[in-house]
Amino acid sequence: MEEVLSKEIGKKVILMGNEAIVRGALESGVQFVATYPGTPASEIGNIFYRITKDGLKIPYFEFSVNEKVALEAVVGASFSGLKSLAAMKNFGLNVCSDALLPFCYTGTKGPTVIIVADDPNCWSSGQSEENSRPFAFLAHIPILEPSDPQECKDFVKLGFEISEKFNSPVIVRTTTRVAHQKAPVVISELASPAGKGEFVKDVRRFVTMPPRVLEMKGELLERVKKIKEFAEKSNINIKEGPKNAKIGIITSSVSYLHTKESLKDLSLDLPILKLGFFYPLPENIIKDFIKKFEKVLIVEELEPFLEKEVERLAKTVNPKLQVFGKNLLPEIGEMRPEFVSQALSKITGKKYQMPKIFTDFPRRFPQFCVGCPYRLILGAIKKAVNEKEVIFGGDIGCYMLSGLPPFFLQDYLSCMGSSIGIAHGIKKATSQKLITFIGDSTFFHAGIPALINTVFNKSNPLIIIMNNQTTAMTGHQPHPAASEGEEVVKIEEVVKACGVKNVKTIDPVNSQEFEETVKEFLSKDEVSVIIARHPCVFLLKKK
Amino acid sequence: MDKKVGEFNIVIVGTGGQGLITLLQIINRAALDEGYDIRTSELHGLSQRGGSVEVHIRFGQKIYSPLVQYGKADFILGLEAQECLKAISFAGPKTVFLINKLFIPIPEKNIIPEEEITQKIKKVSDKIHIVEAADICKKELGNDVTSGIYLLSLAAQKGFIPLSSDSILEAIKKTVAPQYLDINVKTFELSQKYEK
Repeated sequence: MEEVLSKEIGKKVILMGNEAIVRGALESGVQFVATYPGTPASEIGNIFYRITKDGLKIPYFEFSVNEKVALEAVVGASFSGLKSLAAMKNFGLNVCSDALLPFCYTGTKGPTVIIVADDPNCWSSGQSEENSRPFAFLAHIPILEPSDPQECKDFVKLGFEISEKFNSPVIVRTTTRVAHQKAPVVISELASPAGKGEFVKDVRRFVTMPPRVLEMKGELLERVKKIKEFAEKSNINIKEGPKNAKIGIITSSVSYLHTKESLKDLSLDLPILKLGFFYPLPENIIKDFIKKFEKVLIVEELEPFLEKEVERLAKTVNPKLQVFGKNLLPEIGEMRPEFVSQALSKITGKKYQMPKIFTDFPRRFPQFCVGCPYRLILGAIKKAVNEKEVIFGGDIGCYMLSGLPPFFLQDYLSCMGSSIGIAHGIKKATSQKLITFIGDSTFFHAGIPALINTVFNKSNPLIIIMNNQTTAMTGHQPHPAASEGEEVVKIEEVVKACGVKNVKTIDPVNSQEFEETVKEFLSKDEVSVIIARHPCVFLLKKK
Repeated sequence: MDKKVGEFNIVIVGTGGQGLITLLQIINRAALDEGYDIRTSELHGLSQRGGSVEVHIRFGQKIYSPLVQYGKADFILGLEAQECLKAISFAGPKTVFLINKLFIPIPEKNIIPEEEITQKIKKVSDKIHIVEAADICKKELGNDVTSGIYLLSLAAQKGFIPLSSDSILEAIKKTVAPQYLDINVKTFELSQKYEK
C-alpha cells in the first residue's frame, strides 16, 4: 500500500519531500496534475501516475510532452475551475516561463500550485546550477520554501489556500535536500473532490490583449500587495530564540535545518528568522527582526537574493547593521552545517575547526547499464567514423554518459533539445561533419522545432534519435512513442512529416547496417536521421 | 531509564543498484518503530547508473539537518570496499566501519587492494570490520544482491547500530516487496547464524 495514501490519520509516516508534496495535494483535493519528469522532482509525477493507474479516479494525471505544455494544461484546467498542480525541475520553469507570466496576469480560477525543484550542487543536473527564486520578481508569483517533508505537505496546502484566496498561482520551491529528504510527517484526511470542471466564458479575465493586459498588470500588482499583507501575518515566517541578542540569523529552506544543527554544535543560542515566504517578502517582519542587531547572517544557498533584500531593508531601520552572507558562505554548491558553523565562528568569535576532508579516492562515474542499447550505438559510431574529424552533439538523457570514459563522444551539451539547434548553427558556421544524439523523450520535448529548422534553413547534421522506448534517466516514464507498449505517435512518421528525406529506423543490434548507414548519411547534403530503436534494458527486466 | 541514543549518524556508500535506498527505508522504519526522530538524505537520477551512491541517515531525540557532518558518522556501511574511501571524511576516531569484501572495478583504474583501503581508514578510525557478505550470500543463497541486508542485520546483532535485530527484521517485513521478502528474510537469518 502506498504510504502517500496512508489512512493512519494523525499518525506519523515517513515520507520523502516529493511524497509529502503529493500527499499535501491530495489532502487539498487536487483535481488536475500535469508534469514532465526531471530530477529532483520526478517522483511527484511517478507517484501520481502509479496511484491514478491503480484506481484513484481523481485527480486527472498526465505526463505532458514538456513543461510548457504541462503548465498550459494546468492553466486550462484552472480556467475551468479545477484545483490544479504542475511539477517540474528548475529547467522546466525556464521552458514554461512563456506560459507562466500571462498566467500571473490572468490569475487562477481553480487554485493552482506549481512545484519547482532546484538542484544546488548539480547532483542530477547538467546545464547550470540554477536558482529559480528570481522568477518571483519576473512573474510576480508567490514562492514558498519548505525545509522538510512536513513543510512540503503543509506548504502545498497553504499554496492552494493562498491561490484560492487571491487568485494567483503559487510556486512551492524545493531543493534536492528537501525533495529527497525523508522524515516523519503527520497524516491528515484525504479530500474527496469532484472531477469535472466548466469553462465559463469571461473575456476580460482570460484574454491578455492590450490595452486590457496593462489593466491586468495593475490588478496583478494589487494582488501581490495583498498577498504581502497576508505574508506579514503568516505563521510560516517564524521567529525563534532569545530576545535582546546583538546577532541574528535569517534563513529559509533546508539552510534552516543546517543552521539549527550548527547552533546546537556550537552551543550558541541566537535568534533565527525562518522565512516560509521568499516572495512576496514579509518586509515588516524582517525590519522588526533586524532593527536592534549589530550583526545579521543570511544563510541561503546559491545566489544572495535574500541577502540583497535584507541589505536594502537595513538601510531604513538599522543603517549600521553588518550584513553577512556570501562573504562567509559559498555561492556555488549546496549548504552544509559545517559552512554555517564556520561563518558563525567568524561572526561570534566562537571556536570552530572545519573537519579535514579526505579527497584521495578514485571517481566512479555512472555507466551505461549492462545490456544498454546505447552501448551498441556508440560502439558502431566509433567504428564507422574517424572521431577526430566529427563533432558530437549531446543532449539531456542517459546518453550524456557518452561523454565519459570509455566513449568520449560528446563535444557540446546544453539544454533539452538543443543538440539539434546547436548542430544547425555549427553546420551553418563551419564545413565540419557533425553527429548529434537526442533521446526519444527529449526529441518530443524540444527537438522537433529544431529538426524542422534544419530542413527549412537547409543544414545537414546527422541526427541519431536514441529511441529506447522510455524516458529512462528520470525513472522510465512513458512518452508519446512509448505509452504502455503503445506507439501513439510514431517518431519515424514525425521525422518524415518534418520534411526529412534521409530517414532510417535501425535496431542497433544490426551493427553492420548501423555502421553503413552512419557512413552513408554523414555524406548527405541534407539533414539525415537514424532512429536507433531498441528497448531500455530496464523495460526488459520489468517484463 | 531506556538505552535510547541522543543522536546516531549513519553513512551508507556503494554503487548504483546495490539497494542503498531499500536499506535506508528499513533503517528508517526500525528507527521510527523504536520512537526516534529521523531525517535522511539520498540522491536519485544519474547517480543510480552504477556510479557512486551515498545516503545519509540520522536518528535520535531531535534531528535537524538531513546531512551527516564531516567527522561525525557513528557508523559507516560500505557495500563496496573502494567506495569506503569516499566516506572517510565523515569518519572520526569512534566511527565503526562495516565493509563488504566486494570490489567492483572502476573502469580504466586498477582495483585498490584491501590493505591500502584499511590503511587509509586507520588514519581516522581503527574500528574496521571487513566481512565477506557478498561471497556468503552468493554461496548460500545463489545471489549477492542482498549482501546489504546481511551487513545491516550483522550491524544490529553486533550492536554497531542502536537498533535491535527484532526491529530490523520487522522493518524488513514491512518494507520489502512481497516477491523479494523471502530471500531478504533468509539473508537476515543467514547473517544471525554465520557471525555468532
